[in-house]
Amino acid sequence: MPPRNRLPFESDIYELEDLLERLEVGANGQLGSSEEIRRIRRELVGLKRKIYSNLTPWQTVLVSRHGERPQTMDYVQLIFEDFVELHGDRAIGDDRALRCGFARLGDHRVMVIGHQKGHTLQERTKCFYGCAHPEGYRKALKNMRLAAKFRLPIICLIDTPGAFPGIGAEERGQAQLIATNLLEMSRLETPIVCVVIGEGGSGGALGIGIGDRVSMLEHGYYSVISPEGCAGILWKVATETTKPLAAEALRMTAKDLKRLGVIDDIIPEPLGAAHRDHREMANTLKAYLLRYIRETRPLSVEELLESRYQKFRKMGFYLSGIENA
Amino acid sequence: MTPNESKAEMGISDRPKRGVPEGLWIRCPQCKATIFRKEAEARLNVCPECTYHFYLPARDRIAQLLDADSFEEWFTDLRPCDPLEFKDRLPYAERLQAEQAKTGMLDAAVVGRGFIRGRPVVFGVTDFAFMAGSMGSVVGEKLTRAAEEATRLQLPLLFVSGSGGGARMQEGILSLMQMAKISAALGRYDRAGGLYICVLTNPTMGGVAASFALQGDITLAEPGALIGFAGKRTIWNTVRLELPEGFQTSEFLLEHGFIDRIVPRKDLRTEVAKIIDYCEH
Repeated sequence: MPPRNRLPFESDIYELEDLLERLEVGANGQLGSSEEIRRIRRELVGLKRKIYSNLTPWQTVLVSRHGERPQTMDYVQLIFEDFVELHGDRAIGDDRALRCGFARLGDHRVMVIGHQKGHTLQERTKCFYGCAHPEGYRKALKNMRLAAKFRLPIICLIDTPGAFPGIGAEERGQAQLIATNLLEMSRLETPIVCVVIGEGGSGGALGIGIGDRVSMLEHGYYSVISPEGCAGILWKVATETTKPLAAEALRMTAKDLKRLGVIDDIIPEPLGAAHRDHREMANTLKAYLLRYIRETRPLSVEELLESRYQKFRKMGFYLSGIENA
Repeated sequence: MTPNESKAEMGISDRPKRGVPEGLWIRCPQCKATIFRKEAEARLNVCPECTYHFYLPARDRIAQLLDADSFEEWFTDLRPCDPLEFKDRLPYAERLQAEQAKTGMLDAAVVGRGFIRGRPVVFGVTDFAFMAGSMGSVVGEKLTRAAEEATRLQLPLLFVSGSGGGARMQEGILSLMQMAKISAALGRYDRAGGLYICVLTNPTMGGVAASFALQGDITLAEPGALIGFAGKRTIWNTVRLELPEGFQTSEFLLEHGFIDRIVPRKDLRTEVAKIIDYCEH
């Protein structure tokens, strides 16, 4: 079924898909038209490849926000078994924008932590469109500590426009809770792998984003500020012209982050992006997570923490020493 | 030629654009009183009428807080570059040059070692005048090195934040990663048994609030400072609600339990020294 949320730059794809659908319905197994169908299928593959290998940063942002893009709870269903959700943060409430729970990944017991945006309007409202409150970050840390106690690897799935900017969130210490998570995650005594599965929005993403490996799906983005926010500040106004400029300037795509040494791996998406094939995307992600767990197993806690420290320690670019003339 | 003109020629401005305005007289933004600048300066840049705490440049902060001439600055060779080749209406490289000329600083942080009433500390401060005190790679690196040195030397660590800019947009994701970097260093320092005191000054927002500013064993704040995660405009754009009186001020944070004490500028030295004495091993 073609996706309902149609992105403007995909119009040629939809046109061909619609044509293909009409031909398939009318074909009735006739030989001549099945030749035509095969031709269009080939053309469609070529077109998707062409469009999706040349996305602009702003188009990438739109893909990462696609309404049918798989989210944490989709992956929980498709990748893991025996998910046991853990709800409470022990202080305020149950933040639906951040989900936590035990799960089985193949033969491994793991802790899954992930943002959930919701697919339906009702779900999105409950999840604040994936913008977690302080209680979400508190809940995440409480469960990550639990995982560390029993040496369960932690899998963080990042997909948020940002931590929720609201009066209640400030009153309950949004900055404090994120700050605490950053410090504690840097020294949790269990392997942590973080994957940006869609939007990596600033501190809200980083709040569950300190890991031994940090990776991104091919069409995700990860940024210090949303392109809208950046355009609003630096170009004074966020418009259809300035948002793409900000997206470009911020270097927020997976390729850019890999080049800057911020992420470890880019996880490929199905042809035409993850929203076109949840199962294929889930299989790729599952294989990636399993490989990660196998690779980190032999490491001692000391080795793990040292390499995690060094990973973030070397981030950033600056000049030092005596100035060159 | 007045002293000011000669400094301007050297590219060093005595009075940064933001903060206390130039001139003999200044207007207090809180009580609106017109006050003699010298009088405010004599009171550590605090309004004599209503005790509003004006902006304080990093070097004045060092002079006020640490024992006279005790400060030894570290890592003075670190300077910013432009890894993203960032360009908005102005290229970042040009913005940096302008900020450097305006403030006489290479970037927004100063770190080093000094004494507070005879007690040795590792000290760091971010200056709002330099790109709103925002944290890019240099600020992150300097503070991280300071935390690592404090760990090595087993000294108390004192940071003063004046970072209204949060994580610096012009260095993109690398700025966000500075939050992770300094947090990891402070985590190690904590595990090694160090005492970390952070003083929040006006303003401390965004990625700085969400990292080193709120990771102290002790969190102090100057009165009336703006401290928070999301900016008021962002909140307004999201929730369209009128923000309560005193929202995101030091007093607001104290009331909600996120800071330990509000300390007037004149008492900071004494209070910090007192806390250090309580936390000796």
